[in-house]
Amino acid sequence: MMEPAPARAQAGSPQPATGDAYQPAFDPRRETQWWLMWRRFRQNRLSVFGLIVIGLFYLTMVCFPGFIAPYYHDRKFDDYVFAPPSKIRFVDEEGNFHWRPFIYGRKTELDFYTLSWVFTEDPTSKHPIYFFVRGDSYRLFGFIPANIHLFGTITGEPIFLLGTDRLGRDLLSRIIYGGQISLTVGLVGVILTIFLGTFLGTVSGYYGGTVDNIIQRVGEVLLSFPDIPLWAALAAAMPPDWSQITVFFGISVILSLRNWSGLARQLRGKVLALRESEFVLAAKGLGASDLYVIFRHLIPSTLSHIIVIATLSIPGMILAETALSFLGLGIQPPMASWGVLLQDAQQVSVVLNRPWLLLPGLFVVAAVLCFNFLGDGIRDAADPYMDHR
Amino acid sequence: MLAYLTQRLVSACVTLVIVSFFGFILINLPPGTYLDVRIAELQVMGTSTATEQIEALRARFGLDKPWYVQYWKWATGFLKGDYGRSFRYNREVRELIGDRIWMTIAVASATVVFSWVVAIPIGIYTAVHKNSLGDYIATFLGFIGLSIPNFLLALVFLVLGTQFFGTSLAGLFSPEYQDAPWSWAKFVDLLKHLWIPVIVVGAEGTAQLIRIMRGNLLDIIHMQYVMTARAKGLAERIVIYKHAVRNAIHPLIMHMGLTMPSIISGSTVVSIVLSLPIIGPMYFDALRGQDMYLAISILMFLAIALIVGNLLADLLLAWVDPRIRYE
Repeated sequence: MMEPAPARAQAGSPQPATGDAYQPAFDPRRETQWWLMWRRFRQNRLSVFGLIVIGLFYLTMVCFPGFIAPYYHDRKFDDYVFAPPSKIRFVDEEGNFHWRPFIYGRKTELDFYTLSWVFTEDPTSKHPIYFFVRGDSYRLFGFIPANIHLFGTITGEPIFLLGTDRLGRDLLSRIIYGGQISLTVGLVGVILTIFLGTFLGTVSGYYGGTVDNIIQRVGEVLLSFPDIPLWAALAAAMPPDWSQITVFFGISVILSLRNWSGLARQLRGKVLALRESEFVLAAKGLGASDLYVIFRHLIPSTLSHIIVIATLSIPGMILAETALSFLGLGIQPPMASWGVLLQDAQQVSVVLNRPWLLLPGLFVVAAVLCFNFLGDGIRDAADPYMDHR
Repeated sequence: MLAYLTQRLVSACVTLVIVSFFGFILINLPPGTYLDVRIAELQVMGTSTATEQIEALRARFGLDKPWYVQYWKWATGFLKGDYGRSFRYNREVRELIGDRIWMTIAVASATVVFSWVVAIPIGIYTAVHKNSLGDYIATFLGFIGLSIPNFLLALVFLVLGTQFFGTSLAGLFSPEYQDAPWSWAKFVDLLKHLWIPVIVVGAEGTAQLIRIMRGNLLDIIHMQYVMTARAKGLAERIVIYKHAVRNAIHPLIMHMGLTMPSIISGSTVVSIVLSLPIIGPMYFDALRGQDMYLAISILMFLAIALIVGNLLADLLLAWVDPRIRYE
């Protein structure tokens, strides 16, 4: 089950030809561990799908939110409070087909019974949609001033593909800007978790003794707190005068403060086994220092394991941020995150007539789902010699 | 076994002491608690009874003493059943959370039972019928269960309930039983409302358990002793249920500790959306209002629930699996 020979024989057989990069002949230069892992990963369609969707999410929401979003996330359209999503049309009321999609202008009336605005489409005013229009200014990558947006209208009638919220802000733009926060909180949190967990886990396993004991006990105590209540208490302890960016990093630190212990525990086990293995003993016999052994031998040997745990813990962090912000203890408005957006959907009476307010939740589910697909694929690929029935 | 039990109990107590210590520091971190607000209010009143009340509060919580004395006063009081006072509600914490603690435990236990009753058969089915349509559907639903934030699931349930049944599914009791004393009718009413929080809170844990059960059983089905059982000519039903499943359940019990945090955390968050009369909403209110004795008491009870849950899971495992020896 574990020997490399059958795996190689399997590689040579014509059966698993999935990608075009498939090479029938055995090429020792390409059969590195990472290449085998990539090949195994590629065979899992769901994981590849997850990777692509996650990549798209990060590209659109984290790298270019200003360009993709039609408006700035805090831009308020006072005449369009709780406006339903705009309908994109190709055929006008006379049945003529237009290649360029357009939306109808809208008239608003106050419904005196429900005291809410009612929107009716006005077929006489047509507003074509153009690509690369000029609009709200933003800063590309945080420093390049720009004002070109992927799509929009030029006639002054705003376009709301996913409707607006209670202050008349475009929900699509808010979801995109919110995704920037929600997706990076998880990533920053995981990076911190990796640093803490790798460091403490390796030290714990390598040195053993008192250090090991203290680290493991602290980890156990942290795990004895139920996670969301502990995070909530930590978030409530953040000083109220912190700036938005500090709060953001504070949340990431809080999320990683509890999560490192899981990683540290598993790495400790791995390191305990590796510590006595021949190559580590040989390195020590040749006079290598502890630091050299840790960074040159132990951490690289456990790297695939670290990556697996990291990928699998990102979705939990995104969910936690969403829950904390939803409770009003995480990211605070005017900053947008998916949890902050879902706060608007807290009351059933509000959601009933405006179901589009639940859409940010769909993005949360999509992101977490794809991270789970990705993590599963990486986990299965991390041990390329293992036979996965 | 007895030695193991005492050792586990001692270590659980030590953990609880450390948890209470960390928790106390954590809850006291933000400057200005609700107690300060209360004292300021009393000072403004300036009457002699107000001054007496301030003195009583100071003496009770050791306000003019250093923090470790305050901790000691609170911790020893906690052991005696004096959890301190909530200054927002101006009532004893004990009265405030009494009923809610039991409701929380009821919801959590029902959720544990639900997730096991649902997860084990589905896990067995998906492992035995690997790559069948049912397996794919269960796997897909499991992924959704892992990916949907539970408060969102609660919202969706509420919206659908209002849309299609025209009634609100929130709460644990119908209005007429809200303040009624306990009776059989009230209990039945509770069961009628309990299924929604149980499904919502249990979704994540159930999905995890299904995956673990499926994985375990798949590992075991290929073992030689199972092959031997088949070779002996035993019925497939007996091979699976008597030989394979029994060994696949053990790791599942170990993972009970894994689902406990998600159930306890999940119920606190979901209770806000579903307006359940459990301690979740009160906890978050106390945190936001810095009503520290209420917050720390609830945090302690949640930690105790988690530790006791894990302890029970370990004992159950020792009882179910005679191969495990604890020295």
